[in-house]
Amino acid sequence: MLDETAPTDISIRLTNVSKTFDGASGAAVDNLSLDIERGTIMALLGPSGCGKTTTLRMINRLTEPTAGTIEINGVDVMSQSAQELRRGIGYVIQQVGLFPHRTIASNIATVPTMLGWEKSRIAARVEELTTLVGLDQELLDRYPDELSGGQQQRVGVARALAADPPVLLMDEPFGAVDPIVRKRLQDELLDLQNKVSKTIVLVTHDVDEALRVADRIALMNVGGVIEQLASPDELMRAPANDFVKSFVGQDRGLRRLALNAVSALRYHQGPVVDGGATYDDAEQVIAMEGTDWLGITIDGRFAGWTKVNDVRAAHANGSPLADVERFDPIAQIEPTSTLRAAMELIMSSNSSVAVINDGGSFGGVVTLEDIRRALSSAHIETADGTL
Amino acid sequence: MTPGPLPSALVAQATNPIIEWEWVVEEWDQIWRAIVEHVTLTMMAMALGLIVSAFLAALALRRRWTMTPITATTSLIYTLPSVALFALLAPVFGNLSRWTAVLPLAGYTLLILVTNIVAGFQAVPPSVRDAADGMGMSRARRIWTVDLPLAVPFIVTGVRIATVSTVGMVTVAAIIGQGGLGRLIFSGLRRAFWTPMTVGASLSIILALVIDAMILAIGLWLAPWQRRRKGATP
Repeated sequence: MLDETAPTDISIRLTNVSKTFDGASGAAVDNLSLDIERGTIMALLGPSGCGKTTTLRMINRLTEPTAGTIEINGVDVMSQSAQELRRGIGYVIQQVGLFPHRTIASNIATVPTMLGWEKSRIAARVEELTTLVGLDQELLDRYPDELSGGQQQRVGVARALAADPPVLLMDEPFGAVDPIVRKRLQDELLDLQNKVSKTIVLVTHDVDEALRVADRIALMNVGGVIEQLASPDELMRAPANDFVKSFVGQDRGLRRLALNAVSALRYHQGPVVDGGATYDDAEQVIAMEGTDWLGITIDGRFAGWTKVNDVRAAHANGSPLADVERFDPIAQIEPTSTLRAAMELIMSSNSSVAVINDGGSFGGVVTLEDIRRALSSAHIETADGTL
Repeated sequence: MTPGPLPSALVAQATNPIIEWEWVVEEWDQIWRAIVEHVTLTMMAMALGLIVSAFLAALALRRRWTMTPITATTSLIYTLPSVALFALLAPVFGNLSRWTAVLPLAGYTLLILVTNIVAGFQAVPPSVRDAADGMGMSRARRIWTVDLPLAVPFIVTGVRIATVSTVGMVTVAAIIGQGGLGRLIFSGLRRAFWTPMTVGASLSIILALVIDAMILAIGLWLAPWQRRRKGATP
């Protein structure tokens, strides 16, 4: 996530932009300024009628601003013809808007065809994009009506990326598909973004979608007023005002959990010792952690939990620590799991701790208290600074 | 659309068969000429009707306010009795001119054609237009390569209805000496000789069906995406 102090490389800059539609009483967007950093995803989030779509459409001039300037890579969008401008900007909409009378291949090739690319180059690009967005090559000869909603939306994205534009505008791109497909498409968008690093402006009214995919969120209110511009975590942690609080909902804490991975915590060992440790060492750990359970690792792997009573009995018998009866840990997580997943696992396994399984070896433990503390701190502490 | 007063044909009904095949063979040249004339008149009327309708529809789509007067005028033309219209135009262009028949015939197609062309363009999904514009497609390119192809199924439907009714209407033009197969029908009726009437009537029906099927086929060829639908896999 972004650091406020890092040097920025602005791709899209809106300066004092306003739009008043003919016959409307108030401005749809009033004096909006916004910088969007190159290679990042900016979500314009807000209730319907807040001007987020108008803002998006002013960037490619489907709506002409009444006042203010919009620059892409330092060039005023008004300085070139609208058609030329739009051919250099990918555009994806909720209803996809595929051309029903053209095959999938021909749909994807729309902009390259307009730009006069050679046939062989277009064919190669279409094939490349098909792979990139995860579509089957055999769909290329079909018509849009023969595809599912999710497939159509992938075609929409491929078509928008066809001429490799540096900027991609997405207007509620996943609004028309069911929640399961939507989540998959959101994941695919993030994968795609890792490969193509576009500057993406995404309009949505779905808080979860913004939190999942955006690097920065501009939460907008009626009139295109930006109530808060922040990273997803910051928006959840420190909502700027009551509007933000009510829009993002009561479960901000839980949503923050979903935004951060277990790896964001500073791991600690917990009541865990190596199977080869002495009983004195074990007693020391038990005393320090104050628990009834002691974890045993063997060869760096977590081997299971033992009951403290069993440990002491074994000590009295003189049998080795490694032979004490062990119970498999139910709650095991990966460092890449979200804190939310960790919490759910801890709760559902009816224990108070989850064991971090870091590629097979013991990474540490996570307790509910760790998670609670992470959320209450201003920044979630990590080994390498703050998020 | 029905021909004028019937002569005393009904009296003769009993004495003369519905069709005499000998006559058909003997008069085949005349029948063939009537078919050709019938098709020619239909095609001329349709071509003229399509050209005028295209202009009117374009006007109605660009200037919304013109839609109402255009619809009112074409509806009015449509309601005029065909016999009366042919009769009125005969002194203007003369009995022998094809235009005397073609003009009213074309006029009758306008309502159906304009309505269907306009409906076809209006049925283009706004999201498709938005996507085309958003990708930097010029207006002209969008109209010719997106809007028009998508309107084709509607236009073809209009052309089918208009053509079939024109094939029927051409027979009426026989009252001004045109009319292709209509002339066979009328002459049969006048002479109380059923064979030409049967031949003219059945051929005009067959002609209507054949032309309709042909336009349907052309429509499907023009809109291949309409043929296969919904084979979607989730």
